Parts: sequence; C-alpha cells; structure tokens
Amino acid sequence: MRFELTAPPHVRPATSVTRVMGEVLLALVPATIAWVWFFGPGILYNMAVAAAVAVACEAGALALRGRPVAPQLLDLSALVTAVLLAFCLPPLTPWWITATGAAFALLFAKQLYGGLGYNPFNPAMAGYVVLLISFPEPMTRWLPPLGDTLGLAAASLDPWQTLRFTLTGMLPEGLSWDAISGATPLDDLRTQLSIARTVEEVRAGQLYGSLGARGWEWTANWIALGGVYLLWRKIIRWQIPVAVILGVCVPATLFWLLDPSGHPPPTFHLFSGATILCAFFIATDPVSAATSRSGRLIYGFGIGVLIFVIRSWGGYPDGVAFAVLLMNMAVPAIDHFTRPRTYGHAG
Amino acid sequence: MSEARLWRFHGGLKLDARTARPAAESLGVVPVPRHLVLPLSQHVGQPAEPVVAIGERVLMGQPIARPSGYIGAKVHASSSGTVVEIADRPVPHPSGLSAPCIVIETDGLDEAWRGYEPLPAYSELTSNDLRARVRAAGVVGLGGAAFPTAVKLGAGSGLKLLILNAAECEPYICCDELLLRERPEEVLTGAQVLLRALGIDRCCIAIEEDKPRAKSALEAAIAAAGETRVTVVSVPALYPEGGERQLIKVLTGEEVPARGVPPDIGYLCQNVGTAVAVARAVLHGEPLVSRIVTVTGDGVARPRNLEVRLGTPIAALVEACGGYTDRASHLLMGGAMMGFPLADDSLPVIKGTNCIVVASREEIRPRAAAMPCIRCGECAEVCPAQLLPQQLYWHARSGELDRLDEYHLFDCIECGCCDVACPSQLPLTQYFRFAKTELWARDRDRARSDLARERFEARRERIEAEQEARRLRLEEKTRAAERTRGDEGARKAMIDEVLERVQARQDENDPDEPGR
Repeated sequence: MRFELTAPPHVRPATSVTRVMGEVLLALVPATIAWVWFFGPGILYNMAVAAAVAVACEAGALALRGRPVAPQLLDLSALVTAVLLAFCLPPLTPWWITATGAAFALLFAKQLYGGLGYNPFNPAMAGYVVLLISFPEPMTRWLPPLGDTLGLAAASLDPWQTLRFTLTGMLPEGLSWDAISGATPLDDLRTQLSIARTVEEVRAGQLYGSLGARGWEWTANWIALGGVYLLWRKIIRWQIPVAVILGVCVPATLFWLLDPSGHPPPTFHLFSGATILCAFFIATDPVSAATSRSGRLIYGFGIGVLIFVIRSWGGYPDGVAFAVLLMNMAVPAIDHFTRPRTYGHAG
Repeated sequence: MSEARLWRFHGGLKLDARTARPAAESLGVVPVPRHLVLPLSQHVGQPAEPVVAIGERVLMGQPIARPSGYIGAKVHASSSGTVVEIADRPVPHPSGLSAPCIVIETDGLDEAWRGYEPLPAYSELTSNDLRARVRAAGVVGLGGAAFPTAVKLGAGSGLKLLILNAAECEPYICCDELLLRERPEEVLTGAQVLLRALGIDRCCIAIEEDKPRAKSALEAAIAAAGETRVTVVSVPALYPEGGERQLIKVLTGEEVPARGVPPDIGYLCQNVGTAVAVARAVLHGEPLVSRIVTVTGDGVARPRNLEVRLGTPIAALVEACGGYTDRASHLLMGGAMMGFPLADDSLPVIKGTNCIVVASREEIRPRAAAMPCIRCGECAEVCPAQLLPQQLYWHARSGELDRLDEYHLFDCIECGCCDVACPSQLPLTQYFRFAKTELWARDRDRARSDLARERFEARRERIEAEQEARRLRLEEKTRAAERTRGDEGARKAMIDEVLERVQARQDENDPDEPGR
C-alpha cells in the first residue's frame, strides 16, 4: 500500500487571513450601527463607494502585476481598508473624494509596495491623510450628531437627501453649509481655546457630553465593544490598544492637572475623535505595526502621545492619522531594538 | 521537589490529544513476523558494525552489531532465526533513503540468548558498571530522539535532579501513558537504577495533567515501595512540553544554555520508556529488543498500543490493530506535529519509533494556498524557543543567511507551532529546515574556501619572501661590484674568482653528461 507524503506538521491552522479580516469587519458592525444612529446613513454610502473603488483598484493592480486576483480579493483586506477609511470621513462626503482616498490607499499605499503584507504604512490612514491635505474644507465639514440643538443634525437629512449629496455634492434645496454643519468638538475646542476661552466654558457648550463629545462618546463605546470582541477572538492582542490609550491618557492627565483651563481632561481625549477607533482598529493593523510584545507597547504608546501632541499643539484638530503614519515609519527601528531574548541565550 | 511551584515556557499550543481510542485499550502484542529488518543506525551517532555473517543462526537478544564509535549503540536480534541478508534497505527516516540493515528470517521459536547476567543487586555496583551494562544492552532514548543512553548517563558531575519525562504532548502519541498504567513498578525500578547510576538521590517524573490514571498508578507504585526520592509532578498539557528544554523550564524555571545540554545546569532528562529499558537491562540482563508503539489514526480499524519487536514491519502492527480502514491515506512515524511521512508500510519499527499514525484525508487536510505574511506575530507568540519565525521567514526567503544566524535559526526545534498559528498558512517549519541545510552547506563551503584561501595566501607570501631575498642578494652584489669599480686589481681578482668557479662547475658536470 502506498501513502501520500506531506511534510510535518500535519495539523492545519484553524485561522486564515480571510477569517482575521472577516472578524475585523464583523467587529465594526456595532460601531456602524451607532454611526448611522448619530450621524445618519452617510457612512453607509461612503463605505459602499470606498469598498467598490478599493476592490476594483486591488483587482486591477493585481492583474497588472500578474498576480492571481481571486485569492487576494477573497482575503477581505481591501474591504477592511475601505471600511476604516469610511469611518474617518464626514458623513456627508461627495463620492469622488471618497473614491480618491480609497484609490490612493489601495494603489499607492498598498499595491505599489507589493500588496498585502508589504505596505509599511497603514493604507486607510495614508488615503485619509491625502484627502485631509487635498480637501481640507469638505473633510472638516462634520454635521453635529443626533440630539444636538445647535445645528442641524446629519441624521435629520433623510437617506435619499444624503445619497443625493454623496452622488452630486449638492445639499437639499434651501439648505446651506452654514446652516447645518458644525465643527467637530475637537475642532471647536481648538478654536475656542485659541481665542482664550477656558475648557470649562467651552465644555459647557452644546457639543459636549458627560465624558467627551456628545454623540461621539457613544460611538466610541460601540467601537470599544467591537475591540473587546477582537481581543476575545484573539484577532488582536492587548498591547497596542492599551498602549495607545495610555499614550493619550498619560500626557493628557499630566497637562490637565497642570493647567485645567487650557487642557481638556483625559476622558475627553479618549471619547472624542478617533482615539478608540485608532486603539482597537487602526493601530492594530498587523502589517504596519511593530511585532514583538514590547515593540507593540512602544509603538502604541508613541501613537497615543503623538495624538495628544498633534491635538494640543499641531495644525490639525485630530492627529490619529498622522500619529499612526509617523509611528509606521518607526516600526523597523522598533522591531530591531525589541527582539525578544531567545530561549537559552543571555538577555 | 514539592508540587507547589511550576513555571511556564513561552508560547506552545493547546492541541487536541487525539488519544482517546488507543488509550482506552490495553497493551497488545504483535506476533513474531517472518522477517525482521534491523537497521544498523537506529540511534544518534555512528552506525553500528555487523558482528554476524549471512547464514548464521542468532537467538533473541544476541548482539548482531556493535557500535563503531563512542556515540553509538549495539543492535540485538529481536527474535531467534537466521541472518539472511546484510544490505541496504529502505529505512524509516525523513530523507526516505536506504541504509544498511541486517535481515533475520525468524524460526518462530523465540529462543533467548542469555549472554548478559542479571544484576538484581545493582545497588552494590558502581556507576561505571551500570553504564557498561546499559551500553551493552543497546539502550537509547525511547522518547523519539534515540540518543545512546549510556553516553547521556556519563554526562558529568554536579547533577541535582533526574527528570523522567512522561509528558507526551504531541497529538496521537500515548505509549508512555500505557507504560505508566500497565507497568508503573518497572518505571519506578528504572528510576531507582538511574539514580544509582548517576549517584544522586532526587528524581521527578513529569506527567501531563490530562493523564490522571497514569499518575495514580505511578503514585500507588511509589507508595507501595516506600520510595521517598521519587516524586510525581503533574504538568499542564501544552505542546511541546515533552521537549527536554521546555520541560526543564516548567519544572525548574531554569533554561538550558543555547549551545549546552541539561547536565550543564544540573539536570538530566530521560524518557520513562528508557528508564524501563535500563531496569530490564540491569535487573534481568535483557537487551533492548522491543518497545511500546502507539498505532492509531482513522486509517486503522482498532487503534491501540502494542509491544513490538524492533525490526517488525509496520504492516504487521496494522494487522494486529484489525487492519486498514478504507479511509487510510497517510502513514506517519511519530505524532501529528513532528512525525515524518512514510511512503509504504514495509518499513520496520526501530528504537525511536513511538507512534505510527495511519491518517485519513480528514485528519491530515491538504495545505491551503499560502498567502503573504501579514506580520501578525502569532508565530512569535507560540514559539517555545522564543524566536521570531516571521523574521526568519523573511530572511530565509531572501536568502540572507547571516541574518538567519543572527536571529538564532539553529535554536529552532522544528516543533511546528508557528505553522499551526499562521493565518497566512505559510509552511514556516519547512522553510526553516531548508534554511538550516543551506547554512550547513554554506559553512562547509566556507570552510573549504577558507582552506583554499589560506593555502593561496601562504603560497603568495612564500613567493614574495623569495623574491625579496633575491632582490636583496642582487643589491648586495651590485653594491659589492660598485665598491670594486676603479680598483683594477680587486676587479681582476673577482673576475678570476668567477671564472674559476665556472670552470670548477664544468669539471664537476662533465663526467655526468658525456653527451655535452
């Protein structure tokens, strides 16, 4: 009797790239629901545009590079990039802006470096930064969340009006940007502080909730829920999320204690903007993150500190994308200096 | 050693043990086969040299080959019969190559050779005597590595603890569990003989916590014998805990130095099966001619553990387990993680054979297509050697051999954990095995080219030295000639001298060269 020959080990992995990416998408479902609740259906349209463009770009690039298209499309990584990009965009974003970001992310930040596994920068963040620099005005036109009384909440546009805006960039008759859009809380806080108001005064305003920014703090909770799910499924490890949160909180607490009227409390930093999304979903992108346990702590902490620094003294209201890209650059060095001690070797 | 404190080794995997069916059965036996095929190299070290001739009658337990070096082991006939062939035969080895074997046609009488005197009063013997007996009996490590036991027992001084390893952590294997359940007294005796041979008085037997029956059987035997030097320790079931280095870490918290061996830090590890073989060799004068083998997998009708004569073809083992099922598709020697595939079942059981797996296609699924590495780092999380498999993979792929050394490729124990953890389905262990052979080849080439370069440089230095000496001589002469210029008398004398010398040489040469 003859037998088939296969090299050991004979136990196959219970996991796959597709499963990892699929779990990430699944973990973003609660956050998506919260987003739609507070900011209207715009994010769904943005996701659809980003996903279509991302998949088309990935397929086209793979075909041009002479690589098998099907397996790398089925790995769902392009979809994850598209969805994360969509989470960064204002709910009312014309399709061509979203498409530009997704195309840049997939073509320049990912495929030109060699595709899955070879990109040194987080593709979603690279795409977002291109949009932030190229289209500064539309990228900061956030509609206030539901429950706000200052402006017109994004959720108050009906799905049809939102779709029409996404496709044409035109607001419904009789509405103007001045009437409906408001600054994001982070943006607002920045502007107000720059005209010498104190944090207490600013936070008494309509944009702010009990922990961070109204509406935003709730979406942050739903994102964190997805993050805990990823931890439980062992898709991500605890080091990066914990380090990002500490990286934001440690300097934020310090400066808040030193100067409470000039700096918001650490909870505000945590529950506003994209801190939580970054901690669980963006900084944890394995391809562009550090790999060893101690390296991940350094990497995450660096991102957290940079987020705080850019928010406090930088030129942009939120610093997540820049913080992530800057730390991506540091990854080879971090990996080099945090190699674990091999068994039986001196430290 | 109390049960109080255990440590953890880094990484590892919780794997499904897959031993329920064979572990539920009692120990079976395999009838004497028609032919026994005994490879001359069943151990680490030099192959043994035959001491019998074709046509010679041999008895069970009679030596048929002797070690050809210090690191080697004797081979004994595992039943009585006639030597019919001494030639290259396929042997169970990952390379799939043939190697010299002695083939015995059995006579079914199983007549025993009694060349080794039983030594029941072993406690009065010296370490050297005991080691000599262990060596004579051809005992090697039965956990799979097959390192000659006598060599290991001579490992040095300053030992603190003997560790008997019953931590069978690899899926499918349960031969040590059966041994502990069925012959706990012999395991204890083996421990006592080994303690005597090592001249120490502490032994700990490590059993995985998912084998309570084996543990209680052993504890009962220890209590009955009133032996206080031997303790049983339950260790968590985590692959690859049965690895010597990992087990030492778990039991003691210490690490064996990378280029060292356990005795360097005062520990000696032996498999429990080896301990029994030592006990039999000493107490009963029985050489190593049989061992317990787990025969399992969906491809055999009745998986169970068997006491098998060395040299028995695998087909006879499967027969004793009710034959193949129609799902049999793969044949492995060893467990699910490190076992190597065999092409056919005519290969013999050897000293290191702890398990035979006949697997179905559901048990060993084909590998999925490999995807690019996504740097998730799960491989490093599970690596018991604390390596960075993904970095090793990058360097192995790009052929950066120096970097492989720098990232400690040779500390890889090829346990396969990284493969199982990899979402990209990369065959990492295969890459590392291949990279190791590349590094060995490079070191060989390097040694060869170093030698050539040394030779070349020595030759160049010699030639340069000669040229320099010639130049100095010439300069000396020129100077001498210049000194004498202007002085006609001295110059003439020199010319005369030269002419004289030429004349003398011609006179000398002429008689030898008449044709000139």
